[in-house]
Amino acid sequence: MTSSGAQLKILVCVKQVIDPETPLSAFKIDPGTKRVAPAAGVPPVVNGFDENAVEAALRLKDSVGAEVTVLSMSDSFAMDVMKKPLSMGADALVLAQDSQFRDLDPFASAYVLAAAIRKLDGFDLILCGRQASDWDNAQVPTGIAEMLGLPLVTVAQKLDLASGGIVVERALPDGYEVVEAPLPALVTVSNELGEPRYPTLRGIMAAGKKTPTTFSASDLEVDPARLAPRMHLLDLAVPPRDSKCEFISGENEADTGRQLALRLREAKLI
Amino acid sequence: MSGVLVFGELTDGHLSGTTAELIALGKQLGESVAVALFGGNMAGAADEAAAYGADRVHLVEDPLLVDGQKDAIIAAFDSLCREVSPDIVLIGKTPLGLDVGPRLAFRLHAGLAQDCVSLEMRDGKLVATRSVYGGNALATVGFPEQGPRIAIVRGKVYEPLAPDASQTAEIVKFEPKLDSSVIKAKTVQVVKRESQGVRLDDADVVVSGGRGLGGPDPFAQLQELASLLKGAVGASRAACDAGWLDHSYQVGLTGKTVTPNLYIAVGISGASQHMAGCSGAKNIVAINKDENANIFKEARYGVVGDWKGVLSSFIETVRELTKS
Ligand SMILES: Cc1cc2nc3c(=O)[nH]c(=O)nc-3n(C[C@H](O)[C@H](O)[C@H](O)COP(=O)(O)OP(=O)(O)OC[C@H]3O[C@@H](n4cnc5c(N)ncnc54)[C@H](O)[C@@H]3O)c2cc1C
Repeated sequence: MTSSGAQLKILVCVKQVIDPETPLSAFKIDPGTKRVAPAAGVPPVVNGFDENAVEAALRLKDSVGAEVTVLSMSDSFAMDVMKKPLSMGADALVLAQDSQFRDLDPFASAYVLAAAIRKLDGFDLILCGRQASDWDNAQVPTGIAEMLGLPLVTVAQKLDLASGGIVVERALPDGYEVVEAPLPALVTVSNELGEPRYPTLRGIMAAGKKTPTTFSASDLEVDPARLAPRMHLLDLAVPPRDSKCEFISGENEADTGRQLALRLREAKLI
Repeated sequence: MSGVLVFGELTDGHLSGTTAELIALGKQLGESVAVALFGGNMAGAADEAAAYGADRVHLVEDPLLVDGQKDAIIAAFDSLCREVSPDIVLIGKTPLGLDVGPRLAFRLHAGLAQDCVSLEMRDGKLVATRSVYGGNALATVGFPEQGPRIAIVRGKVYEPLAPDASQTAEIVKFEPKLDSSVIKAKTVQVVKRESQGVRLDDADVVVSGGRGLGGPDPFAQLQELASLLKGAVGASRAACDAGWLDHSYQVGLTGKTVTPNLYIAVGISGASQHMAGCSGAKNIVAINKDENANIFKEARYGVVGDWKGVLSSFIETVRELTKS
């Protein structure tokens, strides 16, 4: 943990995901492999909530000064996607990359990321997005915190440093709670924090010059037995949607509004 | 014990609706259903759990549980699970449940299915259907042999059983004897946003607006419509992220789950992450200028058009019709 005066060290975990805004018509599952087939011409993105986490780190960097390292884990990366956090203003990128890291489940993912964080060492604050938009598991950050024995605060909408610790506003369905934790700690960030900043031209130039540090499974001394999935995927399917919409129209828009109300009355809905 | 253990939660001192739903689900899955309740003064909630069908109630008591610190509740629930070794643990998709489930799974080396929309026994094995890719896909998953099978269940998918006050449950006290070191992160304040009028969560009619409204002002019209129909206003995440409305209005995967009789969506495209929060509505009505918008695939009634031209006359007609 940082002694007073030393630079705050923040690590942000990010995941490359299939663009969640992929049009539904292009969302396809390969039944053989039970995997989502990436839509042609729709590039992957940095998970949205992870961008919120990067933004949270950069706000702390702006306000109190911090060194921000970004960590990601996969079997393969689209490098221009992974460099986005650097072009937003992060200082360094670390990629845990190995053919064994393909489609890891949350338990295995947390295990590998925790191993990478141990190896990098010395972080005061670890930030993650609240969940990844592909499997919506919201488990990996918890696993990292549990394995590293760190305090955990989820779904942050605001983060501030206080003497020796962090003060987090945790978003609730009807308000928020204020949570305090000593550092080092792990905090997951939600979109309520506010829009992530856009990369600047200077940021993009700087990111282009940076070379990521990479770790393989053997660098991290990963036990292959712990990479096996814990849950069994029996099936992955697009839910059936039987469209049965009755379209209402009138002589003009105003009449359409009137017809809609009359139809809903007829159906006893109003 | 084996059987089903439900992570019990309270709202305003009473057994929460979600907990009652989980008891009903538990009854379908196992021979016996136990509910864990945390803190003191739980006798009333224990009676309610019994009325909703619980066979056993574990009253988990410890001085550290009195002020409801999450880290203490998680440590206590972990300890209870080790003590009673349930086959299945059911947890609601609530702000607390979403933290409890994963932490329990990592501590117990157990399997966890997140955001389940259905659970069933197949050949004696628990199988979960869960929403993934924001609701674009459904995954059917099975659990490992080791450890309890932990499921976080989406709200309002299962109906509670009709409460019967004459039913009783076996009450078992459990003292986890927590060490204060278990509390690492501490809640120091809860700030509630009081909603006026009908609560969005329980409303029978919801009028929601999205990015298509173009700004905060049109929401006054949606509020007017909601008031006429004794309903509540909701919103898409895009509208909340834009700052037009507070996030407490957000309906969807990471917002509220609503199951009204009537859901009116204005200027909302119907992204799967939005529908995840409202597809349980009995009747969806959509007003959208794009005839290909996904919302029309889920709507019962639709108007393809600009809300600016449609909404005023719609509201006026509703006013006339609801006057008497
Ligand atoms: C992990 C994750 C979680 C998410 N959670 C949620 C969530 O909980 N809730 C949620 O809502 N979203 C959520 N989202 C975001 C979601 O994917 C969509 O981006 C969002 O729902 C879009 O909101 P919208 O429909 O208002 O906006 P848009 O998709 O931009 O749609 C606006 C619609 O308005 C129509 N329109 C425009 N002008 C007019 C007009 N004058 N008259 C009539 N119609 C008009 C357009 O045709 C369009 O269909 C989540 C996303 C991710 C990745």
